[in-house]
Amino acid sequence: MRRINNPKDFWAGLFFMSFGLAAFLLSRAYAMGDATRMGPGYFPRALGVLLLVFGAVLSVRAVRSAKEPFAAWRLRPLLIVLLSLGIFCVALKWLGLVVSGIALIFIASMASTEFRWKAALVSGAVQSVFAVGLFVYGLKIPLSVWPAFMAGGR
Amino acid sequence: MDLLANLALGFGVAVTPINLLYAFIGVLVGTLIGVLPGIGPVATIAMLLPTTYALPPVTALIMLAGIYYGASYGGSTTAILVNLPGEMSSVVTVLDGHQMALQGRAGAALCVAALGSLFAGCVSTFVIAAFAPPLAEMALSFDAAEYFSLMVLGLVSAIALAHGSVLKAVLMTMLGLLLGTVGTDINTSVARFSFDVPELLDGIGFVAMTMGLFAFAEIAVNLEKTEVHNLCASRIDGLWIKWAEFKQAFPAILRGTAIGSALGIIPGGGATLAAFAAYTLEKRVAKDPSRFGKGAIEGVAGPESANNAGAQTSFIPMLTLGIPSNAVMALMVGALIIHDIQPGPDVMKNNPEMFWGLVASMWIGNLMLVVLNLPLVGIWVKLLRVPYRLLFPMILFCCAIGAYSTSNNIFDVWVAVVFGLLGYVFVKLGCEPAPLLLGYILGPMMEENLRRALVLSRGDFSVFVTRPMSLTMLILAGALLALVVAPSIRKKREVVFQDEG
Repeated sequence: MRRINNPKDFWAGLFFMSFGLAAFLLSRAYAMGDATRMGPGYFPRALGVLLLVFGAVLSVRAVRSAKEPFAAWRLRPLLIVLLSLGIFCVALKWLGLVVSGIALIFIASMASTEFRWKAALVSGAVQSVFAVGLFVYGLKIPLSVWPAFMAGGR
Repeated sequence: MDLLANLALGFGVAVTPINLLYAFIGVLVGTLIGVLPGIGPVATIAMLLPTTYALPPVTALIMLAGIYYGASYGGSTTAILVNLPGEMSSVVTVLDGHQMALQGRAGAALCVAALGSLFAGCVSTFVIAAFAPPLAEMALSFDAAEYFSLMVLGLVSAIALAHGSVLKAVLMTMLGLLLGTVGTDINTSVARFSFDVPELLDGIGFVAMTMGLFAFAEIAVNLEKTEVHNLCASRIDGLWIKWAEFKQAFPAILRGTAIGSALGIIPGGGATLAAFAAYTLEKRVAKDPSRFGKGAIEGVAGPESANNAGAQTSFIPMLTLGIPSNAVMALMVGALIIHDIQPGPDVMKNNPEMFWGLVASMWIGNLMLVVLNLPLVGIWVKLLRVPYRLLFPMILFCCAIGAYSTSNNIFDVWVAVVFGLLGYVFVKLGCEPAPLLLGYILGPMMEENLRRALVLSRGDFSVFVTRPMSLTMLILAGALLALVVAPSIRKKREVVFQDEG
């Protein structure tokens, strides 16, 4: 690893190549056709090959290019943000907009270095009520408001 | 006069109460997100797009456009007062604008920014009205081969003007094109890359994708940094501008408007590029360039006029050719398609009220923006006190509901989550997401035109170089690519030589 001058570009190249390879392999299931009558596989496979070639160029160039080390990755905020959204996705159907909204906002707030649980809870509650008013009653988006097990839910 | 008749038609559409209301909402939201750092027009437009489904297409477009050009007004306010560009397009305004504020000339800086933008907005409205019809006329004669080459040119110029590595931008575009093939192939009805997921048969939801790439990823990256505290806004002592200062700024406004209008039209251009180019130009033509960076009023007037002009004229290629020139325009294309309008030269013929209504609304929107920004500037500055820790969960929540409402299906929220992760990786690997979005939007159109061109030519690829218009566009694309690649090769070589020497 010490020999790669620009790991950012190197991994980016591999990243694109993995997409290219996947596209190339998966599109073998679709008819290729020829230039006159292109099948559904023609365009994706061509793109797959191009991604492989240019991705390889990027990676190879990165080995000898100007030195540029990786910036540190702090994964905690990303993971909390994605987790809060994931929980929202799972919870929405069962628990309704109010509960899952509060959960989303509360959990997401933990991603900040200055998390304050009272403020997060209040802001979650206020926004959830506001969202119900705007999206469910205003824009008539079909969403359940309250948990499914509670009677009288919309 | 055709032009005047068309504009009259447009104003007739734009001044209906509902369109005035939505133009106002658009510029208000635009100013708001322009002031707030950490959320840009792309994420906002994606977030609000689902709320426009029920509106008539012209009303929807008027509001979304208002967000785009409104953001550059708001962005300049914070650039001048707190040394913090709210948007990319206001980055250069910070240099001289904030210096002016420190010298107690904040009022003059805000005034010249707003008046310059207003002037540029008025002129570029006429530029659109004058240039769009002949361009659409020309595009009507295009065949599949020309369209394909035009899209190549559009993508190449977007690549050429992207920040950072050209090669990475090329790869991002290709990945975007590839993502565009997901879903049912329209010619053969074969489901591609759908992995037996029924939701993927219609392709990846582009609203969800944009939210993930632009909003979620950016939030995750922002949260890695520690929050900036104590934003200290400069005092504003009255909103006036001295006649001498205005005389000094006016030529810069003219130049900024001209360069902004020109750079907006070319694919890949838009507000940000226009602002940077205008600042460079002002420095070049100034008698004493050393004044720049120390509060030169031209350094505010030029870029602020240019970014507004560029924001507006970038609608020209989108509305007349169907080619989006930046990420915001890609979203506009998506919005039109949702409303069953295929962007392209037919829009002006089949939906003249929509086209001219939008153009006229920009002029009205600019007037509203001056009122919103000059007398009410204090309110916007107060908004900066809202801490990011309260703001970002709100953005997440709105995006989640917005993504859900595109098809009333939780699947789209999952798509946004996946693209949020991808977007984060892209940022960390130094890859700009905008070319990917352009590729994604143009992908299906490009494949379709490629197929059609080759069916017509019986599989002969030379059709792209034997038709003169198509050849011209490919040569332009090639020249542009050569132009941006050449110096970077030279630079790389210098670096290699330094390493060895």
